[in-house]
Amino acid sequence: MSERREEHYGLLRFERGRHYEMPLDLNLRRLAESRRPAILPGHRLCAGCAAPIIVKLASLAFRGPTILVNATGCLEVATTIFPYTSWGVPWIHNAFENAAATASGIEAALKAMKRTGRLGYERVDVVVFAGDGGTFDIGLQALSGMAERGHDVLYILYDNEAYMNTGIQRSGGTPPFAWTTTSPAGRVLPGKMQEKKPIADIMVAHRIPYVATATPAHWADLIRKVRKGLEAEGPAFLHTFSPCDRGWRFDTNITIEICRRAVDTCYFPLWEWVRGKGYLLTDRSLTIARNPRLKKPIKKFVEVQGRFKHLLKPENKHLLKQLQEYVDAVWEDLLERAVNAPR
Amino acid sequence: MASKYPVSKQILMAVNGDEAVAYAVKQSLVDVVAAYPITPQTIIVEKFSEFVANGEVYTEFIPVESEHSAMSACVGAAATGARAFTATAANGLALMWEILYIAASLRLPIVLAVVNRALSAPINIHCDHSDAMGMRDAGWIQLFVENSQEAYDTTIQAFRIAEDPEVLLPVAVNLDGFFLSHTLENIRMLPDEAVRAFLGGHRKVHKTYVDYLGKEVEVKLDPANPLSFGPLDLYDYYFEHKMQQIEAMKRVPEVIRRVNEEWYELSGRRYGDGIIATYGVEDAEVIVTVLGSTAGTVRSVAKKMRKAGRKVGIVRIRMFRPFPFDELREVLKDARVVGVMDRAISFGSYGPSYLEINAALSELKSRPVLVNYIYGLGGRDVPPNLVERMFEELLDVAKAGGTAERLRFLGVRGNV
Ligand SMILES: Cc1ncc(C[n+]2csc(CCOP(=O)(O)OP(=O)(O)O)c2C)c(N)n1
Ligand code: SF4
Repeated sequence: MSERREEHYGLLRFERGRHYEMPLDLNLRRLAESRRPAILPGHRLCAGCAAPIIVKLASLAFRGPTILVNATGCLEVATTIFPYTSWGVPWIHNAFENAAATASGIEAALKAMKRTGRLGYERVDVVVFAGDGGTFDIGLQALSGMAERGHDVLYILYDNEAYMNTGIQRSGGTPPFAWTTTSPAGRVLPGKMQEKKPIADIMVAHRIPYVATATPAHWADLIRKVRKGLEAEGPAFLHTFSPCDRGWRFDTNITIEICRRAVDTCYFPLWEWVRGKGYLLTDRSLTIARNPRLKKPIKKFVEVQGRFKHLLKPENKHLLKQLQEYVDAVWEDLLERAVNAPR
Repeated sequence: MASKYPVSKQILMAVNGDEAVAYAVKQSLVDVVAAYPITPQTIIVEKFSEFVANGEVYTEFIPVESEHSAMSACVGAAATGARAFTATAANGLALMWEILYIAASLRLPIVLAVVNRALSAPINIHCDHSDAMGMRDAGWIQLFVENSQEAYDTTIQAFRIAEDPEVLLPVAVNLDGFFLSHTLENIRMLPDEAVRAFLGGHRKVHKTYVDYLGKEVEVKLDPANPLSFGPLDLYDYYFEHKMQQIEAMKRVPEVIRRVNEEWYELSGRRYGDGIIATYGVEDAEVIVTVLGSTAGTVRSVAKKMRKAGRKVGIVRIRMFRPFPFDELREVLKDARVVGVMDRAISFGSYGPSYLEINAALSELKSRPVLVNYIYGLGGRDVPPNLVERMFEELLDVAKAGGTAERLRFLGVRGNV
């Protein structure tokens, strides 16, 4: 009976007393056949939402028993509604701004229980999923505290560049000139007037063992980075790019294409920072660094999203130019820091 | 009846209230302590850090970056099946507020020491109960202690109460800032093994039947039996979940009474029936109710007055949440006047315990006259002569058969 239920629900269950060391596998077909993702069908995230794709890919990199923490936001709200859940592994949602603190408590509890011989596992990983609001803004303090204290937690930010769950309000992760409901493109103000907070660099500044960026389009890069983050001893931070068709105003079938464009325009470069090694470009961004002609103009990223549609008006040419300058400056900065960028 | 551990088998120590709490936590096999410093609670965190630094505990101590994170980390730890503790005061408690509700609603048996302090503004570090009253609706059990011995005893009891399968609610142990937290007192501690036996060892996580797992499982974040904690819960179930909290609160007094008695059998100490502690109430015309350390002053004044033939009594309310309506109605019903002392005020209304007691007595056919005394805000001292004057005023009210002045202020300029 319970076996059938388990099969039916697709839960990931780990027996006590056994050691699990699920290997890193980058063969998608094999992964699809052999691994159960942590997120199960039936959730209510929008069609085309990148968040569940990120979660699914990330969970294919899990090593074994894993506890998930979810900040308030689209992912949390749309994957549970009592008495239903889409989570096949232990999962907790506490509040909006405290996912990192909650994870700190879980990690500490696991340590104390292991110390007293009550854990039942050699190792249990702790992974956070939180949106940009829960990370750049209201959750930054808890995240910084978790990083400074050195908790062994992998924190995965899914950055959809606004508060989507409450209806597309600007966040510290919203890019310049993007329309949101609290940075509307009006007669005087052309969308958000500030830059995007360099959250991954802020985490690098904490000098935690591992920081990286990833998109679901560059899936092997993402899976590898999740595994590295889990293997890092201490806090790790993964900034994933999470297109939101609802908030960015694009068709539900181009989510992955938008990720590609974000990387190809160097709007969202792929890199990792390893303590002791420094910044390293990865995947497509490394290719672009080696062959700068592959870098596409920011217009390619902007033109498929309704949130930027005012930038395409002739009278707003200067804004598009400003956006290009901003993207270039951030990219140049990164090239200077990246130890594997050609000089 | 002889206690299992007579005084001779207990450890006598001169400690302040904060240290008494820290020692209690040290003995209680606590897995995770997450805390942030704030006067007058800081000594608890400092003392506990010493235990950790000296390897005297196995506990994971998380020196969090805020009280909000302290309570959040306790929620994570307790959901993982750990025994978790934190301590705070005033502004720190206010910062925790959001997560207090979550801890209680997730039914996590966290223990929190609140070292009572006035809320800002103006910023003030001294004792009143405005911090505790801000959390009274959060779903926590709230106990108020009178002295440091009781702070020690109650902190240990709190884990038993919180983890009782009939309860599964977090417990706040309130001790008055400075009056207790920073004042040296001789206390008696039980040996480690006695405390551990009393608590039944490490925390045992309760079990429940989960339909999608098809069996009874421990309610915790467990890779063997994946559960989801804290899901979205809308109008179709939220109310029923609140009903469960309401029902759990109803079972609390019985558990507290039982734990109080068991502790008595072990240590020889008990605090009234665990819910209220009375003195001189049987024939009293005037009874004063009070929370916390002020009870000591009020009792000593009452004793003196009773010797002089005045019919006065006192009820110390030890359990504020759930509020002991029945117990108080029973003990207050024959008094002519009840003076309700509150070290906090709900602006635009009365003191918090006055409102509750008023409700408790509302069903009586003939009810005592109630007078609310707001006292000691921001740590203002309440010396015996002031308490005596309050009793005299209340005796006058008894003589007059009533008063128009229901809300009075004790020891404040321009009103005394
Ligand atoms: C303390 C607090 N403030 C505000 C909210 C309301 N709120 C819920 S989700 C949310 C936005 C979440 O945004 P983000 O973290 O970017 O995640 P997303 O929904 O975009 O995935 C807000 C503002 C809340 N739940 N708690
Ligand atoms: S609003 Fe955006 S982030 Fe939220 S579920 Fe829909 S697509 Fe995903």
